[in-house]
Amino acid sequence: MNKKDLGLLVLIIIVGLVVYLRNPAFLGPQNLANTANLIGLFGLFAIAQGFVIITGGIDLSAGSMIALLGTLFVDLVGTRGVPWPIALAIVLVLGLILGLTHGLLITKLKMQPFVVTLCGLLIYRGVARGYTADATAGFPFGSEYPGLDFFVARIGGIPVSVYVLAVVAIIAWFTLHRSVFGRYLYAIGKNEEAARFSGIRTHTVIISAYVIAAGLTALAAVFFAMYTRSVQPSSQGNFYELYAIAAAVLGGFSLRGGEGSIIGVILGTILLQELQNLVNLLGIPSSLNFAVMGGVILIGVLVDQQWNAFRARRSIVEAARTPSAATPPAG
Amino acid sequence: MFLMPDGGGGEPVRPFLKLSGVRKTYPGVVALAGFDMTVSPGEVIGIVGENGAGKSTLMKILGGVTRPDSGSVEIDGVAHDGLTVGGSMKAGIAFVHQELNLFDNLDVAANVFIGREPRIGGILNLVDEKRMRADVAPYLKRLGASFTPDTPVSSLSLAQQQMVEIAKALTMNARLVILDEPTSSLPLSETEKLLDVIAGLKAEGIAVLFISHRLAEVEAACDRVVVLRDGVLVGTLDKSEINHDRLVQLMIGRDLKIAHAAPNAGRGAARLVASGIRTAAYPHHDVHLDLHAGEILGLAGLVGSGRTELARVLFGIDERFGGTINLDGAPVALRTASGAVERGIFLVPEDRKGAGILLDLSIAENISLPNLSAYSPGGLVAPARERAQAEQSRRDLGIKAPTVTTRTGSLSGGNQQKVVLAKWLAMQPKVLIFDEPTRGIDVGAKAEIYRLMRGLADAGVAVLMISSDMEEVIGVSDRIAVMHEGRISGFLERADFSEENVLTLAIGKPLRKAG
Repeated sequence: MNKKDLGLLVLIIIVGLVVYLRNPAFLGPQNLANTANLIGLFGLFAIAQGFVIITGGIDLSAGSMIALLGTLFVDLVGTRGVPWPIALAIVLVLGLILGLTHGLLITKLKMQPFVVTLCGLLIYRGVARGYTADATAGFPFGSEYPGLDFFVARIGGIPVSVYVLAVVAIIAWFTLHRSVFGRYLYAIGKNEEAARFSGIRTHTVIISAYVIAAGLTALAAVFFAMYTRSVQPSSQGNFYELYAIAAAVLGGFSLRGGEGSIIGVILGTILLQELQNLVNLLGIPSSLNFAVMGGVILIGVLVDQQWNAFRARRSIVEAARTPSAATPPAG
Repeated sequence: MFLMPDGGGGEPVRPFLKLSGVRKTYPGVVALAGFDMTVSPGEVIGIVGENGAGKSTLMKILGGVTRPDSGSVEIDGVAHDGLTVGGSMKAGIAFVHQELNLFDNLDVAANVFIGREPRIGGILNLVDEKRMRADVAPYLKRLGASFTPDTPVSSLSLAQQQMVEIAKALTMNARLVILDEPTSSLPLSETEKLLDVIAGLKAEGIAVLFISHRLAEVEAACDRVVVLRDGVLVGTLDKSEINHDRLVQLMIGRDLKIAHAAPNAGRGAARLVASGIRTAAYPHHDVHLDLHAGEILGLAGLVGSGRTELARVLFGIDERFGGTINLDGAPVALRTASGAVERGIFLVPEDRKGAGILLDLSIAENISLPNLSAYSPGGLVAPARERAQAEQSRRDLGIKAPTVTTRTGSLSGGNQQKVVLAKWLAMQPKVLIFDEPTRGIDVGAKAEIYRLMRGLADAGVAVLMISSDMEEVIGVSDRIAVMHEGRISGFLERADFSEENVLTLAIGKPLRKAG
């Protein structure tokens, strides 16, 4: 855990403390479990976003993908009677195919990630709405799907989504911070040209990042669909890509690529959910939700950057105060 | 081609610039230790010195970017104590930097007048494009430029772009033009053009400070050469005294016979045979090239003759539009750089900072990058293994850095180049292609790079060295291939090495066979 992550953690604790003192319900078991569940759900596709941002790309299509794949999942299981494990497999494979398409368009056809995923954002939302003719996809009243409750179950009082996020986060941590593939992601994010000149298969690596991202987003889509029980294609997952980007930025990712950590993006997700919770618990009109979030991100990033600039300057000022050496170093 | 100023001369002229006792220290470093110099109008003064000798500090002081700790700067008889950037410009000092500050999406006139465009006025304060172009034209004519004010800068050669910078200086009534490494990226023919331009400036009474690592051009262009070492002026040579060995000796403070050693091992079997290669730059021309194990093949030619494009195709970075490549007798596809790397074909690219290394990664991380799996048991990178290899490389290549976890971005050019080399040497090179390997590298580091290249060739590696530095091509190569407009216009064996022969082939003329 680096200093930046530590700072974020301290902020999370302070905000939590303030909210708790104003409204002790914050640490009540019900509120904690709910918030944890949301952290689990949002964390999944925030990590996904991290994999893409680290390459210097972006995925604006995440929210729409959550709507489309969620709609599809509920429709397959609820209306078409497909056994849910098969529906799950279909939705995940479809997600991977969408990610592959993004990756191929971006690398082989040299389109900009912003453009490709912006079009994805529009297309997937439109297809989702067209698919149900803007109707809500839901399960028939009174129907039972053995095993499907797993997605919303709690084990030892903790929502399943939290366990899933923990497993995904650990794998993602090793992948990003310890594996060869992770090093390649950082290298490409820093300088794709130099990475290519080092013999790295940059296209394969970038495509993989988009596939991983879409796969995780598809998994999140199923969790969200089960969380809401019915999917309204026009509103499901609206703006979620921005939550993910915000979590990554808060967590120290640079939109230029090559910087960021898994712990950071998870802490970013936690802080965002905590702020949501704060708005609810402190009686702030929920219409101000986005304003609170935007304000905190702005101030957070601003303080972080100014602090770094200040520290860099201070170290130079200190060095300049020491007496000058007699001879210059070689070279 | 230059209009002579009002012919008069002879009477002693007041120096345009007078520096006395200029001293500047940075934390831990004395950058300039009491520097004296005078520059008279129309004088061309070469400033040479290894990297870190104090040249950049001197430039920064003249440009008003930094202030000296002590000493005085006198311009045109007026003392300038706190020279500012604006003040320096106003006093008539203009810079042409090594990295040109041009906007290649704009045309020549727009670049010359950037930030001080003539206006038509009105609410939108429109730029007077017509007047701007008309104003630039006479300056271009004075410089003997072959392009017009409305030529997009992106379509100009490097030397032409330098002319744009010089034209910009002239429009600001510059009286002292400082050229920082102007020829380091110029091919021979263009260099001569630049030297002509310098002679023209001199004739107009404009003083020139010419900073260069390329001693041949310093010899040709300058009235006087000032040699800096460790912030101290170690010698001034007048025109008659300027010679290469003296300069090198002064610069490094010791005698140095550059390791232009003759090859020990003979030429081995053909390692890389490229036949009928067609590149995107010259799709209608075939290139045939054979590169042998144990040799350094110099690839000379003018910039734009297709050398870099050929190298990029051989490394698989660029698409090949025809032809075949054989490696050790077997055909290889080489469609990607990763494919080339797997087969032991490595490239040390021209653009060191952009393509050679990752500036934000450490030395160790850069060295391990092309062969990362070898450092990663079970798919997870083992930093200890990376560092062990990097320590080894640091010793073998003499990379000067505090630790192997130091960011490569903080190293000097020569040490960065050694890191690029180290990452390939840590693997098993069969073919090593160097594209301008010593550009912007100081004399001492150059010699080390040459020694390493020679050592590789002796170890049986096939080395291809693209270079625009004539001294380097002739001094280092075992054999020279010369390119002209997308074709190999000839090969030279050691017995036929001469500047004249290389140049003749480079401009596409046949060699005159001596009897």
